[in-house]
Amino acid sequence: VPGWDESVDLTKDPAVIPDPETTAVPPELRERIEAAMAKYPDRRSAVLPALHAAQQLHGWCSPEAIHQVAAVMQVTPGYLSSVATFYDMLETRPAPVGHHDVYVCTNISCSLRGAHEVLDAVEAAAAATEGDVHVRSFECLGACDIAPMASVDGEYVGPLTPDDARQIVRDLEAGGPVLEEKQLRYRKCADPGVTDGAEEFAPRAEAAKADTAGLRDETKETDRPGPTAPIELPAEEASEEDGDDQ
Amino acid sequence: VKLLFEGIDEPGLNTLEVYARRGGYEALRKALEMSPAEALEQITDSGLRGRGGAGFQMGKKASFLPHGDMDKYLVCNADESEPGTFKDRELMQKNPHLLIEGIVIASWAAELDRAFIYIRGEYQHPADILEAAIAEALDAGYLGRRILDSEHSLELVLHRGAGAYICGEETGLLDSLEGKRGNPRLKPPFPAIEGLYHGPTLINNVETLMTVPLIIRMGAEEYAKIGTETSTGTKVVSVSGDVQRPGNYEVELGIPSREIIYGLAGGPPEGRAVKFWFPGGSSAPVLTGDELDIPYDFDSLAKAGSMLGSGAIIVVDDSHTVLEVAQKVADFYAHESCGKCVPCREGTNWTVKMLRRIESGEATPMDLDIMASVQEQIIGNCLCVLGDAMAMPIGSMIEKFRPELEAEIEAARRRAEAAELHDVVALGVADEHAGPMPVHTAR
Repeated sequence: VPGWDESVDLTKDPAVIPDPETTAVPPELRERIEAAMAKYPDRRSAVLPALHAAQQLHGWCSPEAIHQVAAVMQVTPGYLSSVATFYDMLETRPAPVGHHDVYVCTNISCSLRGAHEVLDAVEAAAAATEGDVHVRSFECLGACDIAPMASVDGEYVGPLTPDDARQIVRDLEAGGPVLEEKQLRYRKCADPGVTDGAEEFAPRAEAAKADTAGLRDETKETDRPGPTAPIELPAEEASEEDGDDQ
Repeated sequence: VKLLFEGIDEPGLNTLEVYARRGGYEALRKALEMSPAEALEQITDSGLRGRGGAGFQMGKKASFLPHGDMDKYLVCNADESEPGTFKDRELMQKNPHLLIEGIVIASWAAELDRAFIYIRGEYQHPADILEAAIAEALDAGYLGRRILDSEHSLELVLHRGAGAYICGEETGLLDSLEGKRGNPRLKPPFPAIEGLYHGPTLINNVETLMTVPLIIRMGAEEYAKIGTETSTGTKVVSVSGDVQRPGNYEVELGIPSREIIYGLAGGPPEGRAVKFWFPGGSSAPVLTGDELDIPYDFDSLAKAGSMLGSGAIIVVDDSHTVLEVAQKVADFYAHESCGKCVPCREGTNWTVKMLRRIESGEATPMDLDIMASVQEQIIGNCLCVLGDAMAMPIGSMIEKFRPELEAEIEAARRRAEAAELHDVVALGVADEHAGPMPVHTAR
């Protein structure tokens, strides 16, 4: 649990709702939070999109980021922290802006097909580079059809072999698409009863690419969850996880 | 018969142009010509049961919503997090307009004008596709005020989660959507009476809502002819694990499970046999390789002591041990327990510790009885079924594979003895921060 080992100054009063007059908030962040708040009957529903936006800007849900969101949303920082610590994709430990996230699924279906070897390989490949690539094992990502798989900055790739690890890190550093031939978005339906247009819906087919490329542009960048970084597991738990495939 | 998967791989199906060319939004036109009560009757008569896990009749659930002028909501549960389940992902990514159409029809039938889709945060690509589709539908007048010049208006908002299994539980999802930690609520009141923002709320799974336009299009009577009497229609089944062709398959409910696992997914790799399988996601009690001929529908699986759940089959072949899978299951639920209810929080943690004891050679066969009793004490004793979701498969593994687990205990003990353990072994306790508790092993 993040913050478990840090002592709290009990003599201090709890943080109150920040004064919007005196809190400097980057205009872009303010705009995104206000747009999110306008979508719901209750402004507090915008907490997750707001924290995503702040995390994207600050790299993680830092005290400063939380303070800024609290000022715009007019809620207490404590309320936001309680939410941020609940969700796996919100980072409550320091992480640099613009880092890359690799979630390697290690749940049942993936681990039956060698997810732990993939995780080890990706961790080793990430450690061997200077770039900010954060690797963590993740719970079922909902893509067991391409097991073992990983989510690389939100892009699902698989089925992976340990040999793919270095390519993932190289692609991340190059800044282009990651492991494009293994991206889930180009995968056809497995059901043999589905045939319509299946020939054209193949990986790297220009038609298919144009399809989704267009959609990506139309989508508001602001609504996407920001890059998130791994929450480090306590050493004991991490080592146990690594070992339980034996 | 293909309903949900009809033309699913057609390029551009995610755009309004192609969707409309294939007869998209025709069902909406038809539904808007009916009264809400008539539309609801169609859903009820079709016998459609929820595809998210509980299998509750959708028409019945919608009929629980009070009538009259008040703030009511529809929430589409797209927080597909049950291990082994990936059907909604493929459906949303390839055919987002079918979901939108289903939501518009369902909200007409339930007489409400505000809807949300709660999609899990990890699904970035499907969320991008949905976002674009919602914008297209809004432009074309299938969403918004006075849809197709009818009385019906609907505002639809896509909400992205941030990574928490518990938010797939309907009341945890509502809390999360309200901007809180995703802790489940006490039921009753059920969401149909008091849900989102304290208003009556209809919550349905993606696949359930996507089936609604198909029912309206073909008529409830025709739809009810597919499948069995109590499990009507088709179901998209996610097959994964030790099979040759993992993926989503749309099947008529009631076909033999063997047909799905062997016929469609190709069965386990050459030379391997099915040891056991989860018929409905990792929370379903496991069935063995001898139980492959059970018809795949809600009632037959319930009769066999398991459940159809989310329709996710995970196959484990004989190259894996029961212990290894049990550990995976327990680890997952211990991590995802929100910690609100004691039986779940402690029960999942202790199950993890006890499974570790087996591995480290400290367990005795009596541990299996203790573990089984822990599972029994979780079931039915918490606000939600997350704890049950671990207790059911673990309980069934102990019951069905006891000889193997006992052999494992014995073998691990021999290994440990051979390695000459120290007299005092640090045993983990439920709260790892409280420090190790020294326990003397009996030698």
